[in-house]
Formats: sequence, structure tokens, C-alpha cells
Amino acid sequence: MDAYLDHSATTQPSAQALLAMQQALQETWGNPSSRHSLGLRAEELVEDARTSVAKALGAKSDEILFTSGGTEANNLAVLGAVTANRRAGRRVVTSAVEHSSVDEAAKYLATQGFDVVFLPVDKFGRVSEDDLARAITPQTSLVSLMAVNNEVGTREPVEKIRRLIQAKRSGALLHVDAVQAFGKVPVRPSEIGADLLTVSSHKIHGPKGAGALYIRTGVKIQPRAFGGSQQNKLRPGTEPVPAIAGFGAAAAHLPDLPAAHAKIAWLRDYLVDSLQQLGGIVVNSPPDALPYIVNFSVLGQRSEPMLNFLSARGVYVASGSACAKGKPSRILEAMHLPKEVTDGALRVSFSHTSTQEEVDKLLWGLAEIKRSLIGT
Amino acid sequence: MREVILIKYGELVLKGQNRRQFEERLLRNLRGRLAPLGAFGYSYAQSTLTVTPADDVDTGRAADYVGTVFGIVAYSRALCLPKEMDAVLAQAGDYLAGDLLGAQTFKVEGKRSDKRFPLGSPQIAADLGERLLAQYPHLTVDVHHPDVTVTVEVRDQYIFVHGKQHPGAGGLPAGSSGRAVLLISGGIDSPVAGWMMARRGVSLVGVHFASPPYTGPWAEKKVHTLLGRVAEYTGGSYLHTVHFTKVQEAIKKHCPDELGTVLTRRMMMRVAERIARTERAECLITGENLGQVASQTLPALASTDSVCTLPVFRPLIGMDKKEIIALARNIGTFDTSILPYEDCCTVFTPKHPRTRPKPDIIAAAEAKLDVAGLVEECVANARGQVILGESA
Repeated sequence: MDAYLDHSATTQPSAQALLAMQQALQETWGNPSSRHSLGLRAEELVEDARTSVAKALGAKSDEILFTSGGTEANNLAVLGAVTANRRAGRRVVTSAVEHSSVDEAAKYLATQGFDVVFLPVDKFGRVSEDDLARAITPQTSLVSLMAVNNEVGTREPVEKIRRLIQAKRSGALLHVDAVQAFGKVPVRPSEIGADLLTVSSHKIHGPKGAGALYIRTGVKIQPRAFGGSQQNKLRPGTEPVPAIAGFGAAAAHLPDLPAAHAKIAWLRDYLVDSLQQLGGIVVNSPPDALPYIVNFSVLGQRSEPMLNFLSARGVYVASGSACAKGKPSRILEAMHLPKEVTDGALRVSFSHTSTQEEVDKLLWGLAEIKRSLIGT
Repeated sequence: MREVILIKYGELVLKGQNRRQFEERLLRNLRGRLAPLGAFGYSYAQSTLTVTPADDVDTGRAADYVGTVFGIVAYSRALCLPKEMDAVLAQAGDYLAGDLLGAQTFKVEGKRSDKRFPLGSPQIAADLGERLLAQYPHLTVDVHHPDVTVTVEVRDQYIFVHGKQHPGAGGLPAGSSGRAVLLISGGIDSPVAGWMMARRGVSLVGVHFASPPYTGPWAEKKVHTLLGRVAEYTGGSYLHTVHFTKVQEAIKKHCPDELGTVLTRRMMMRVAERIARTERAECLITGENLGQVASQTLPALASTDSVCTLPVFRPLIGMDKKEIIALARNIGTFDTSILPYEDCCTVFTPKHPRTRPKPDIIAAAEAKLDVAGLVEECVANARGQVILGESA
């Protein structure tokens, strides 16, 4: 049996998601905008999925906008918010460790005359509340921060931001990229105080090609695509009904979050303890990180050979960095880790379906690596 | 409207009695490259090869393919007309619109090879020139440096009218200079070196060194893509992938770190030469470039050469990196070459490689290796596969 331990990259579509997609492809293949009954049924499928995603977020279904995935939702949130919220100002506050779909959108805004602040992080990849408080000004139009970092699992203080914005009497909108948190910890945009919040289908055992942006009732953003009246003209184009139906099914069948969390926390502790016994390994994820993501470095080894070695033995992980030729990970660099650590970084990421056998297989592979692989 | 492609292969004409052989080789390569697009007729006349596509063939695409075949100096698409001057006057203007609308000056050249045609070359040129000036009033005639030269060729059966000539890929037909083994790593240089030698007529056999798990499947896929790009010009290549891990591990374990690079190169050359012998290749090609890295100093190059008896050609040896990159971009390999995967040359790179390795020191270090055994194992375990260009 293979050990798939790369769930932050993507997850296997669940049986429910597959069934929903197949049904949508084979039977309910009408255009949701068509006025005949086939179109109506497709439209109902999309709306059912919207309700499922809304429920999973504790939101109303008209607050859910379907996109092609996390990247599009993040782009739309960042770019659409600042253009709609010009009155508040032209300052954007984000962090140095965001996903590239936020990072590069923010860098683009910097070239367009926006005053963009990329807040630094500590050695665990965390943004400090003090820095946030200093960076947010009355002229700030958007604050965008991820709930959980995708490379190290660090939880960012997103729930503190709303209060900071209010304290500055700023009209800033708050966007939270919750792609890595959704389906693992309860994500409630209303409790966080988020105006915009991104989730993705294929990280929760749904299909690729679907994601959603939560847009709090009353919040206005500008579209980035034009061409039709679908989804309130904010995201025109015929809805990809099969992907959305699969997303809806996945969102409707999230695991019991506290129980899954407890199980994965145990698995994480087991992994970290075992890594420490192996020796020569440092864990880069903070102790209070989301247990679903464990980033660690095998000292004296490089990520790519280890990844190849494990892959050849049916153990699938992600390299937390790049090879001798490439640039090191932007996230690990922002954490100011020594080169020896960034060179040998690996990321293990769990799903509620992960097992101890899979972790054992990884540990056996790592022991083999330490025994037989020649390091740098 | 009937169109043909006229191909000039100037350099071949100089080759005396080998000419027939080269022409046949060029024809064979051209047939191979164009075959996927449909049926074509081929005929030689006056050092021009005329390619006549069947009616359903996309001539534009065929002309693009012709542009990548080595041995062709220049080519042009030509309008094929019945032998009546009226037809030329009636159709040439519209046919040449693309060339003439973007030009300021032009001239018309008549070439009457069929002397029975009633009009002489100067008359043909004058008549068509007058008609084109009437149709495109923005043009002026410039017989010395025209932007566009319109050529009217009166042949035995047809009249050909064409505008701009396009430069061909140049060189000699692939395969006309024998076979060579190209050591291809996945970097920027080796595909360019292979392309340059292929342009001089050699057909390439690739040898790639993979060191799993230090190198991964993505690095191998990258080499397939690179050789495939070069195959767009040559038609195709055979690639041997050598499992090289054991050699690199042995060098790392038993030999001084600072000699790692030169010892690795020497082992690669030995294996490549063995494969070259079985492939009946007559030389080795590398992408080495003087002074670029520690293994590319004169003493290091001499040391790698000394392990093989076949000549080792390094077409990039005197080029600047900038020039190599420009060539890589033209050939279409650059964007693939810079993908950041570990390859056999970045595995175990010594921190302070020796740039002037002395022969006795190298011999002492190699004495710790089972050189013959390791080479034998590499040759025995090499996997082979055919790599074709995307258009093949």
C-alpha cells in the first residue's frame, strides 16, 4: 500500500464527490442558465452545492461565490476588493508567507501604485499582532492573511484583525485564505470577522476545478471577468456543474472535525517523536501548528533526492524547498532558517483518512535514507 | 490557386561528386519531415528543389517544417501558374499582398529558363513591375536594395512567382556526416552543442546519465523534451539513459572530494564511448565551454579526453554564455533547460573542485575504483528509447 502524505497538495476525491460528479456529467448536464427543465435541474444542483458549502462555513448560501479554485478566489478577493474599496484608501496589508495567488496579486498591486506591506514572520512563520497593529492604518483598504500556512501549518492570528481594523477606524476589508484550514478546523467567517474568505474543493476530497469565495452580505467587490449574468455578474461564465456538484458533496461530508483533529494530533505527535528518535532531524512547524501539516528537515540531505527516494518506495511527500539549482522556498526563507535546514526540508500533510501504517512507511523510508543516501 | 515550395540548397552544390549523395539524403530527410502533412511531389532543377504539395495540404505549415530541415539555405513559397503572361499579371499582385503591403520598395526579377517563352526576362520584369505599381501605389522601384524582390521563374511546365525568400536552417542534411554520441544532461549547453553538430550533418545518439534517487523522473522527462526539440530539426534520435548512481556514490565515498567532478566526467566519457562503439558513432559531443565551471578548464578537459580514443567535439568551447543562451532560445530549448531539477552534474558537486587536476593524482584516486566493472555495469543497464520531434 502506498503512503500518500501530501494532502495539502491535493486529496483523493471521495466516493460521494465522485458519485455527484458522475451524476452531473451523465444526467444533469444541462446549462444552469437554460430556461427548460434540464437547465433548471442543473441550476438546482449548483444551488444545492452552494448551500452545502455555505453550511460548512456557517454562512448564507448567497454569500458563496463559486470559482475555479483557490487561486482564482484569492485573486478575485485581493484585486476585486481594492478596486471596489478605493474610498477607504490605497494601502494593502498582507504577510510574507501567503500563497502565491495572494502574494503575486499583492505584488501586482504594488506596481499599480498601491502601498503594499508584506509583514515579516518569526521563526515559526507567524505574523505578530503588534506588527499587524502598526501596519493597519486608517488608509488601509484591505488586509489579507492566511488562516493556516500551507508549508508549515502555522496558524496566523486572523481572528484578531477585525478588532485592529476597528481600533484604527479603518474601512479596510478583511480577506482570509482558509484553503488549508477548511475541512480540518471549524472555519466560520462570521466569527473571524472576515469579509472575504477563500476555500478550495480539492483539498477536502472534492474534485479539482472548483473553489469558493465567501463574500459577506453587504460587501462589494469588483469582478475580474466579464461576460454574463451568472453568479450576480461577479463570476460570469457557465458554471462547471460537475466540479461544483463534487465540491458540494465533499463539503456536505466533512468528517467530524474535533474527532479527526484529535486523531491527527496523535498521529502528528507520533511522527514528531519518531523523527526525534531517528535523530539529525529538525521540525520546522511550530508545536501549536495545525497537526495536519508537519514540515521538517533532515540535516545534511537535500529535499529532492529524499523525495525521489521515498517516491520510488510509494511514499509521497512534498519537498519544502528546492534543489541545488532552484531557489529555496519563499516561506522557509521568510522564517530565516539556516541554509542547511531549508535545503533538506520535507512537508508531510495529513487528511482525516491518514493512518499510522502510512506514517510508519515514511519513517522506515527516512531511516533508509539516513542509512544509504549520501548527503551533501 | 496552386502553390509550391522552392528550396535552395546552395552549400551542397559545392560538394563535387558527393553532390548526388547529399541531394538524396536531403530528399529523404525532407520526405520524412513532410510525410505527416500529406502527399508531396519532389523535383530537382537548376539547384532548386521544388516541392509540390497535394491539393489538401496546408502549404504554410509545410513551409514552416521546411525551415527546420538542415541542408537548406533558403526557401520560398511560390505561386504556380500556367505559362501565360496574362495569368502572371492577373494573379501575382493579390498573391504577393502580404509581402508588398509591408514594403516600401521592390523590384521584379525575370528568370526565363525556357527560352521558347515569347517574352524575355527584362520584359517580364518590366510588365509585372508596372502592374504591381498600379496595384500598390505606395511602392517605388529600387533595383539595388529593394525591401522585396519579386521573382518570376519561367520553367518548362509552369511559371513560378514568389516574393520574400526565407533563410533555411542551413548546414548539411542530417545523417550526411555520420553518427555522433551527444552527452546530454538537461542544462542549457548540451542541446545547443548537439544542434550545432547536427546542423553539420551528424545524426545524434543521446546518452543521458541519471542518478536516482539523487535525480528524479522529472529530470529525465526534461531530457526527453530537450532532445525532442533538437529532433524537430533532425527528425529523431535514439536516447540511452545510463543508471549512474553507483558510479557517483563510489566516487563520493572513495575519492577526494575536490576531484569529484573530473572523475565523474571521466567515467561518463568512458561509458559514452562504449555506447558510441556499439552505435557505430564516430565521435562524442559535449556542451562544454572553456572556463564555465571547474571541469571545463584546459587541464580538466585534457584529463577527460585522455580516457577515450574517439574524438570529442565541443562546439561551444569558444562561445560566450550569452551567445549560447541566444541560440538555445532560437532552437527552443532554453525554457525547458532552466527548469530547476537536480541533474547528474549537480549531484555531489564538490565545494572546492580542483581546476588543475594532475594526471598522477587522478590515477591514484581512480585506483580506488573498479573502473572497468563500473563502466561495464553502466553499459549493461542502460535503457534505450527513440525520441521523435513533435512534428514527426
